Amino acid sequence: MAGQKMYSAKRRRFINNSIVHVVLGVLAVIWVFPIVWVILTSFRAEKGSYVSTFFPQSFTLDNYVKLFTDTSILNFPQMFVNTLIIAVCSCILSTFYVLAVSFCLSRLKFKLRRPYMNMAMILGLFPGFMSMIAVYFILKALGLTEGSLIRLALILVYSGGAGLSFQIAKGFFDTIPIAVDEAALLDGCTRWQIFTKITLPLSKPIIIYTVLTSFMAPWLDFIFAKVICRANSDQYTIAIGLWQMLQKEYIDSWYTSFAAGAVLISIPIAALFLFMQRYYVDGLSGAVKG
Amino acid sequence: MEIFKKRVNDFPTPYTCTRAIREGGIETKLSMALMGFGNIVHGQAVKGLIYLAIEVAYIVFMAVNGAGFLSMLPSLGTVPQEEVWDEARQIYTYTEGDQSVLILLYGVATVLLTLLMFCAWRGALRSAYKAECLAKEGRHVNNFREDLRSLLHENLHRLLMTPPAVFIFAFTVLPLIFMICMAFTNYSKIDNHLMLFDWVGLDNFAALFDSGSIIGSTFWPVLVWTLVWAFFATFSNYIFGMIVSLLINRKGTRAKGFWRFCFVLSCAVPMFVSLLIMRTMLQPEGAVNVLLRNLGWIAQDASLPFFTDPTWARVTVIVVNIWVGVPYTLLQLTGVLQNIPGELYEAARVDGANAFQTFTKITLPYMLYVTTPYLIVTFTGNVNNFNVIYLLSGGDPVTDLASTAGSTDLLVTWLYKLTIDKQYYNIGAVIGILTFIILAVGALFTYRNSRSYKEEGGF
Repeated sequence: MAGQKMYSAKRRRFINNSIVHVVLGVLAVIWVFPIVWVILTSFRAEKGSYVSTFFPQSFTLDNYVKLFTDTSILNFPQMFVNTLIIAVCSCILSTFYVLAVSFCLSRLKFKLRRPYMNMAMILGLFPGFMSMIAVYFILKALGLTEGSLIRLALILVYSGGAGLSFQIAKGFFDTIPIAVDEAALLDGCTRWQIFTKITLPLSKPIIIYTVLTSFMAPWLDFIFAKVICRANSDQYTIAIGLWQMLQKEYIDSWYTSFAAGAVLISIPIAALFLFMQRYYVDGLSGAVKG
Repeated sequence: MEIFKKRVNDFPTPYTCTRAIREGGIETKLSMALMGFGNIVHGQAVKGLIYLAIEVAYIVFMAVNGAGFLSMLPSLGTVPQEEVWDEARQIYTYTEGDQSVLILLYGVATVLLTLLMFCAWRGALRSAYKAECLAKEGRHVNNFREDLRSLLHENLHRLLMTPPAVFIFAFTVLPLIFMICMAFTNYSKIDNHLMLFDWVGLDNFAALFDSGSIIGSTFWPVLVWTLVWAFFATFSNYIFGMIVSLLINRKGTRAKGFWRFCFVLSCAVPMFVSLLIMRTMLQPEGAVNVLLRNLGWIAQDASLPFFTDPTWARVTVIVVNIWVGVPYTLLQLTGVLQNIPGELYEAARVDGANAFQTFTKITLPYMLYVTTPYLIVTFTGNVNNFNVIYLLSGGDPVTDLASTAGSTDLLVTWLYKLTIDKQYYNIGAVIGILTFIILAVGALFTYRNSRSYKEEGGF
């Protein structure tokens, strides 16, 4: 009797597990399917955007070669360099800003602390690019919308709002026990020393997280870059370039190269992302426990 | 509104401006006109000179440019640009007229500078009064070197917060105020007001709420769809992500890492890339339709109207948004889900609850309880979710050719179309303000009823 009951429980568990695995399998296929399709398309030999077969008939590397050699209309290597320069500079600036603001809000008591946090919350409710046109006018008034100064403009734009996205880093700093700071103060440390010699070394995960997110932003943003670059095609970033390839006048000859470009920039981003993932979870839950 | 209630001042100081004006000595009172004078008298020469330099710089700026900018602000310029035939060169040249946009921008910037100047003035007054008091009591007055050193310790926040705050003011606050001002002007392509425009008061708001006009009749459907979209986009991701996370993390599931990898892989691809891919895949001749034809599920020449039928398009964007968003939700919620006390589940199992009951009675209430702030942020993000709509459907299909918005246009994408494509800057600004008001009211209301507000107050 007891054996039979155990047998049926086991059997039910087996059925449940099988169902769960089948469901997960189907979902995983749905989620991975578009990615597989892009990779296939990037190696497709037939040109044109729409083909009547799902799997390519023949494979080639020409799409990748075209990206780097055919620079007359859409200069992919140039876009890559532009994006890299912008990403490195804005990454340095915004990492410093985010960490500085988060440290102040988490550790220092000053009069404008709460007003600042409320202001950040209110500013966060406005549609992000409502001010885009105004930003463009401001940059234009500063003379930053011509030639290679566009890069500087984009760096300023990408790091401009950094001081407002302090929530995650502040949450992390909050988990570092305040007793550490107090001990250091008693030993005669200045607050600057606490910041650079204690808090920062303890916050490796959140520093890496901040560096990587701000580094990735210029690769992913498309709207601001487009509004600020306008017709200056030699200053385009990767995102605008890829978008451009899908416009009506280019899509027929550039479609497979678009897939190739998408694969190329996805590889580093994916690598960074997978690397960052554990820091992301750590950052949210706080790594240093008191 | 409780949230706006005046807070108790946590940072009392005897050196306030009112006391400086009322009780300060002659040198402090002189500092009101000649900033930094009090500091110089009491041995803080460098600090005093810096204050003086700020004052001189401001006065020079106002005399040269600022006063002009401010005086143009009420009229926003009157001289129109004119075409003049240049006889010598045989071409038409344009005389330089007033550009209202620049006048408005410089005017707003000048007003902000004046406000900053006022703060500096208060700082100078307070600092002079403090120096006077300390000197009178015979205590030590900091010299400049000590002031600088204090930036690394007591005043570290000034050192660290100033550069980010300057950036925020220049690239977020100033543009925002500028755009808000624009909502009260007639800056738009209509009647050719791109160069010269005027203040029109609340006319734009009236036009938007007047259901007789084209803009007004577009507004309400777009608003309703925006809210519907935000609701479904937020909760479909939230619940679906939670279910997937539970499925992966349940005891019997094998190869947890592999499943997680499959999902996270798609969020490692840059979002605009995956959206553009989805867009091309769902075209009438795109990969999905080709696949369905090859499988024989639809006729050879038929295609599913993913972006051509309004209802299909709306469902499509929500479904694609699930595809895009679930991996992120998965990453964010997994940790929280694992924090749910195990005893709750054990108790439920003992009482004979099935999986569905456990989910609706334990998991969901617990998660809603803990993640309300996260949900508010996501909802806000979805109302302003420009990327998904713009890159996926572009707001299409447009059913009513007279209107400026398509069936899947959100307020933000409509705003974008109105400003960038149509150059109706004023209406765009009004929509931005209304979006803000809707979000602010919603967020305040939810915050006030949420646990995080009650525990931390205000934030």
